[in-house]
Amino acid sequence: MALDQQQVRDIADLSRLQIDEAQIAEYQKNLSNILDLVDQLSAVDTSAVEPMAHPLDAVQRLRADVVTEENNRDHFQQIAPQTENGYYLVPRVVE
Amino acid sequence: MEWEVVIGLEIHAQLATKSKIFSGSSTAYGAEANTQANAIDLGLPGVLPAFNEEALRMAVKFGLAIDAEIGLKSVFDRKNYFYPDSPKGYQTTQLHHPVVGIGHIDIELEDGSSKRINVTRAHLEEDAGKSVHEGFNGMSGIDLNRAGTPLIEIVSEPEMRNAKEAAAYFRKMHSIVTYLGICDGDLSQGSMRCDCNVSLRPKGQEEFGTRTEIKNVNSFRNVERAIDSEIARQMDILEDGGKIIQETRLYDADKNETRAMRSKEVANDYRYFPCPDLLPVIIDDNYVEAVRSTLPELPDAKRARFAHSHGLSPIDAAVLAANRELAHYFETAAKIANDYKLAANWVQGDVSATLNRLEISIGELAVSAEQLGRILQLIKDNTLNNGGAKEVFNALVEGKGDGSAESVDKLVDSLGLKQVSDSGAIEAIVAEVLAANPKLVESYLATPEDKRAKAIGPFIGLVRKAAKGVNPQVVMDVLQKKLSEL
Amino acid sequence: MHNKTIADISRDLAAGEYSSVEITENLLTRIKNTDAHYNSFITVSEEQALAQAKAADARRAAGNADAWTGIPMAHKDIFCTNGVLTTCGSKMLSNFIAPYDATIVENFNNAGAVSLGKLNMDEFAMGSSNESSFYGAVKNPWDGERVPGGSSGGSAAAVAAQLVPGATASDTGGSIRQPAAFCGLTGLKPTYGRVSRWGMIAYASSLDQAGTITRTAEDSAMMLNVMAGFDAKDSTCVDREVPDYTATLNNSIAGLTIGLPKEYFRSDLSADMQQQVRNAIAEYEKMGAKVKEISLPNTHLAIPAYYIIAPAECSANLSRMDGVRFGYRCENPQDINDLYKRSRGEGFGIEVKRRIMVGAYALSAGFYDAYYKKAQQVRRLIRNDFVNAFNEVDIIMGPTTPTPAFKRGEKTADPVDMYLEDIFTIALNLAGLPGMSISCGQVNNLPVGLQLIGNYFDEGRLLNAAHQFQQHTDWHLKTPDLKNQADI
Repeated sequence: MALDQQQVRDIADLSRLQIDEAQIAEYQKNLSNILDLVDQLSAVDTSAVEPMAHPLDAVQRLRADVVTEENNRDHFQQIAPQTENGYYLVPRVVE
Repeated sequence: MEWEVVIGLEIHAQLATKSKIFSGSSTAYGAEANTQANAIDLGLPGVLPAFNEEALRMAVKFGLAIDAEIGLKSVFDRKNYFYPDSPKGYQTTQLHHPVVGIGHIDIELEDGSSKRINVTRAHLEEDAGKSVHEGFNGMSGIDLNRAGTPLIEIVSEPEMRNAKEAAAYFRKMHSIVTYLGICDGDLSQGSMRCDCNVSLRPKGQEEFGTRTEIKNVNSFRNVERAIDSEIARQMDILEDGGKIIQETRLYDADKNETRAMRSKEVANDYRYFPCPDLLPVIIDDNYVEAVRSTLPELPDAKRARFAHSHGLSPIDAAVLAANRELAHYFETAAKIANDYKLAANWVQGDVSATLNRLEISIGELAVSAEQLGRILQLIKDNTLNNGGAKEVFNALVEGKGDGSAESVDKLVDSLGLKQVSDSGAIEAIVAEVLAANPKLVESYLATPEDKRAKAIGPFIGLVRKAAKGVNPQVVMDVLQKKLSEL
Repeated sequence: MHNKTIADISRDLAAGEYSSVEITENLLTRIKNTDAHYNSFITVSEEQALAQAKAADARRAAGNADAWTGIPMAHKDIFCTNGVLTTCGSKMLSNFIAPYDATIVENFNNAGAVSLGKLNMDEFAMGSSNESSFYGAVKNPWDGERVPGGSSGGSAAAVAAQLVPGATASDTGGSIRQPAAFCGLTGLKPTYGRVSRWGMIAYASSLDQAGTITRTAEDSAMMLNVMAGFDAKDSTCVDREVPDYTATLNNSIAGLTIGLPKEYFRSDLSADMQQQVRNAIAEYEKMGAKVKEISLPNTHLAIPAYYIIAPAECSANLSRMDGVRFGYRCENPQDINDLYKRSRGEGFGIEVKRRIMVGAYALSAGFYDAYYKKAQQVRRLIRNDFVNAFNEVDIIMGPTTPTPAFKRGEKTADPVDMYLEDIFTIALNLAGLPGMSISCGQVNNLPVGLQLIGNYFDEGRLLNAAHQFQQHTDWHLKTPDLKNQADI
């Protein structure tokens, strides 16, 4: 399936990826090739097949409701781009 | 044109677990920013979720309380969107296989009738963090303490037809989750929030009109006001021949109006898919039955019992059963006094008035249920008259007691409120009063027999003036006897 | 010292031939002097390594040593290492000092191993040539113009260049087995769930599995003994007893039934490659194994299914890389969306961006059933092929790769060319099965890998079969002519 350039821009936007306008054509070509590759699946009859999300048919384990964590804010915020008074800072968000 | 209002609610209730839904961080409210956000809550690279069993149990409990289908297999999905309070760039939620399926609750309408509202589903998900927009020099501060707090999102069918019904539904849900003890119900801390979907359609039309969603309304009153203001806004547009835009709106309580949310302007494509870090959650009938056995008596059952077994009026029963703590307070006092009607009158009268006046909850009231029960006992055995009882109650409200039933008796003594019922003592007082008021006696005796019941009134007043705390019935009896002997 | 296996070093340290500090210093020097030729390390943690080596020697002196005490090794840079840069081969994490250890890192630390540093890899494990790393391409020690394979190219090159005796690695579609094949080494991808994923930076969560690259099967068994096991922090990790994988290495394989999938011996697989693999099978027959042709009819669907499932999962897994709490942040973001788009646009390389976009597209409204759901259904068909096959055979064998190591730049023009590299390896990840690659011959002086595929949790049998082959052949002992490339 071929994507057009606007679709490429839209997917990049949905994925919050800045793509140079000059590169759009290359993305368009490569992504279309990849979609052609995966489109082989459409020929397979899977009507009676249960989708498989995990390799093992395992079920979710449950964790006891216990507080095990302590305050490690300083440790975690050492690697943060920008913090103030314990908050992570981002450009102002409008609600 | 005549319009029909269609309202559906999505209620988010924070589950009262100790730790988060997928991590061992505390869920306690009010901590300093990001001190309860560990590597999982922060969405650091390489971390993985581990599901909290108590969140599951609470969700199942809720499902049983609304008579819902329980999902024996529930599956967590990722809902993808970028927002700074969503650290992983997706929210872990349940789309196709929620833990709670179709259920229902009944709401009570103002005319005393009730209406069934169906619940489409309730699913488990994680709460987001909070953004703070003031105090950071034009930037926003992100606090992820709340991120990962377990929520159930309860989705109603669009079956409410006015704002009052919507508020009654929200109240009822609040009552149910607090009864179950699965949510603290504290609206001011955001423990329960409500998204209101509102649309209008011409009366008689089957097809729904375009709806708007009012996000995060956080009080019963505001649900009603927000919906009413939104109905008015939509009606203005439709009456003018305009079209409603499907959008997300915020309610401004100060201006009593809704406005479109800028952050939600772009329609999002959430790209849901099953979370590969979590496996299907499987429970069996034994699990469900074990949870069912822990269900407390719920508001509807309690209301019915209050009305049928204890003879309360439907309205009294509904009011007293709506709040778990209030119901418990009422029942404790009623049992001690062995008089449900008297207790109902007091709880809805002096107790509720005091709560309203002081703006406190029943748990904060200085008068314990045991103390109220003791006061009612003393009324019933004629130790206290009504005025004396109120005086003791008010003294307790002001903190003149230690919570124990004994302190009621001590207060009655110290305030000299004990009612005199001893007829010998009262006879002496009556004799004094009669002797001191010969003219009144004369006029009484001149009154024809059939009018004497009214003429006896002034004597009663005089006796009670002479001695505080006398039993009015005994006074009446003694007076009648003495006067008839004259 | 540098040509020793893990088992050799373990014996030598026990015998007092040299100390952990001595071999650690030796290898650190070797890395310093020669790794410029291979670019296999992103971070060399010299100080930490020497501290660990000293501690190990002290432990030995105190009489508390066991098999792993003091053995040097290194971790793929996909595993979080507390206090050590953990980049995943990306500019996005080029400043990420992990604040915690991955479970397997903790396991090796607890076992007394010495970590020499962090190994280069394709960015976020997306690639089959190790050309997509922000830290530059890794070179194959057998031929500096050729790729070492990917995504665990640094792990393979470092072992092949004898900078470390063994390395951790990860495999989402062949990322352990293919580089092991290209570099003449032994690669092991365990059953999905055998090894904890906690602290392994996720590419595609339902496919990712940590494993090993070593010279010998015996060393793989020793490493798996440390790595395997239950971890409550990973919900997909399996709570199942861990056998001593070294205990069954010497079992006889007489009577072992080997399945040869006819789809793996296609007409377009070169005659040379086929011959090397057939020779290896003949060797197994000499050891008493029986051979049976089988069919895995959905083999051709593995790559298409994988290139929906893996990108879909990665599109969500990599959303946390947003420049807010850690990692790369663009300069002077104008607003929140600018922050996201430029941090991610500048922080991710082109292949990562492509896969995120493919995944976002496959999951987007209206396409879910046609792509993602369909791929999950095909995934079950692929798994069922293997389940059926294992009703008839004990182990499946075939080539690991269609060709030996290719040249850098050969497959970068069209990503699909690169994807087809993983034709034989990818199906195992979809099924969750364990697999190995061992060196079984050469074509044009380049190593050829034999892939061994086991049933679920049958790592013991895989390692046994691999070890027995290595007892009867010497392909695993062949090393590249390092003198031609390096100033040693």
